[in-house]
Amino acid sequence: MTSPSLLRDKILPIGTVVLAIIAIWYLAAVYLNAPFERDQAERAGTEISFSEILPRTMAQERPVLPAPHQVFTELWETTVEKKITSKRSLIYHSWITLSSTLLGFAMGTVLGVALAVGIVHFQTLDRSLMPWIITSQTIPILAIAPMIIVVLNAVGISGLLPKATISMYLSFFPIAVGMTKGLRSPEVMHLDLMRTYSASASQTFWKLRLPAAVPFLVTSMKVAISIALVGAIVGELPTGAVAGLGARLLAGSYYGQTVQIWSALLMAAALAGILVSLVDIIGARVNRRMGVKPA
Amino acid sequence: MNGPFLTAILFWLAAWAVNVWLARLKPKNPSVTRLINVIIPVLFGAALIALWEGVTRGFNVPSVLLPAPSMIWGRILSSAHILWADFQQTYLKAVIAGYVMGCGIGFITAILVDRSPFLRKGVIPVGNLVAALPIVGVAPIMVMWFGFDWQSKAAVVVVMTFFPMLVNTVAGLAATGSMERDLMRTYAATRWQTLFKLRLPAAMPFIFNALKINSTLALIGAIVAEFFGTPIVGMGFRISTEVGRMNVDMVWATIFVAALAGSLSYGLIALAERAVTFWHPSYRRRAGA
Repeated sequence: MTSPSLLRDKILPIGTVVLAIIAIWYLAAVYLNAPFERDQAERAGTEISFSEILPRTMAQERPVLPAPHQVFTELWETTVEKKITSKRSLIYHSWITLSSTLLGFAMGTVLGVALAVGIVHFQTLDRSLMPWIITSQTIPILAIAPMIIVVLNAVGISGLLPKATISMYLSFFPIAVGMTKGLRSPEVMHLDLMRTYSASASQTFWKLRLPAAVPFLVTSMKVAISIALVGAIVGELPTGAVAGLGARLLAGSYYGQTVQIWSALLMAAALAGILVSLVDIIGARVNRRMGVKPA
Repeated sequence: MNGPFLTAILFWLAAWAVNVWLARLKPKNPSVTRLINVIIPVLFGAALIALWEGVTRGFNVPSVLLPAPSMIWGRILSSAHILWADFQQTYLKAVIAGYVMGCGIGFITAILVDRSPFLRKGVIPVGNLVAALPIVGVAPIMVMWFGFDWQSKAAVVVVMTFFPMLVNTVAGLAATGSMERDLMRTYAATRWQTLFKLRLPAAMPFIFNALKINSTLALIGAIVAEFFGTPIVGMGFRISTEVGRMNVDMVWATIFVAALAGSLSYGLIALAERAVTFWHPSYRRRAGA
């Protein structure tokens, strides 16, 4: 029953869209890289036909837009064929970024949950803090990233923690908001039931509010972990960091290494995808253990 | 103990006490309630700033680490013309152009995609995935393609705002119930009539959600793109150079401008949302209360 509809509703449409994107990518690569080849031919004083241009646009050293297979070759060379400890290995750089993402995400989750618990239990905190939490998100937080890094560097804290701080700052918001909503999600009837049991505030929290909030928490965590990754990458930009995906982007931009930029970009994309689906899988498992029925 | 810090702590405690008292008040008059709802966060913010000022003064925190709010304010006043030039370059040129184009293209694509259920099934998951990816990373590529001036920043903003708009609009267009659609069919409404009279209005809350998300994303995108190369003006440029010169108060001044711009544009969109989607339950209920 499930397999034909899975094919019809998921694999076929998504596959078509992905194929279309790759096709457009190839066409764009030809279109954008062709002027360079024509220019080269003109300088050499020769005419060049389109059938000659075509293969060359696919294999330029520093293309305007690298063809997909160039990027994937680069990805393969820098992940599988290099030693993990090598500074040229993309896995090494990914790990640098990943470690600060995860640390920041963990700190952001703790902070977000703590804030949500405070907001739900203290009315004053709710009404004074909540508007500021929302305002804090209209600030382009990433703008503060370079300063946090440099300032913490001046105090002698460098490496993992400053980047993780930025990831934390970015990821605490969706968690605080989602968790607040979740902790408030139990219905009045259930809360009244707890009162008839003469449950204490902490009992109501642990037995009713917290379990009710878990599905909301999982959804927020999926949003939070992907922006934590963005924070870690941007955190690597301003100090001219030597390692990490952000550093790869910056170095590639300095030296015009487009293939390197694109492969770092795709690596970051893959990393984000893996992290989000990991959170999703763990969350789904927790939800199932807690008896949440799939919608 | 030192004076400024103690004063700040006292102010903090007093503000907290007033807030606790205010939060407990249950006034009958709705406009008084509204006033209290404004006073509480403002007082909290003022207490935070006082604490900040007290800590930096009381403990003589070097201004390289954390300048006092008064110092930042002084810097804002003394270099208003620089801040205004940066604001023009980054916000008035790059952010607005990119925001309008990105949201517009996303919206039009969504309407095109909406006509085919097959495409809708394919685009939504891919769009969701791409919207979650670190798209800011395309900044170096865009700088390479479109040069150092604001056009490349606008291009980054276009790419960043496109996908949230696309995903939200497609989801919003699918949000009408089958009953309303059947009703339109009994009216013999054309596809376009159904789109404009029923489905677009119903999609408005989703579209405004995207507009709100994008208003901050756009500013972030433009500022981060300026880290990858820019003419010698712009908020991202200011932040990265002044950090290098240890003029942290200037950085904070720029951040203040950015925060102000971000909050104002968010607020404007929220106001527009309230005007357009006045029928939505979340506003209806508030108006009735």
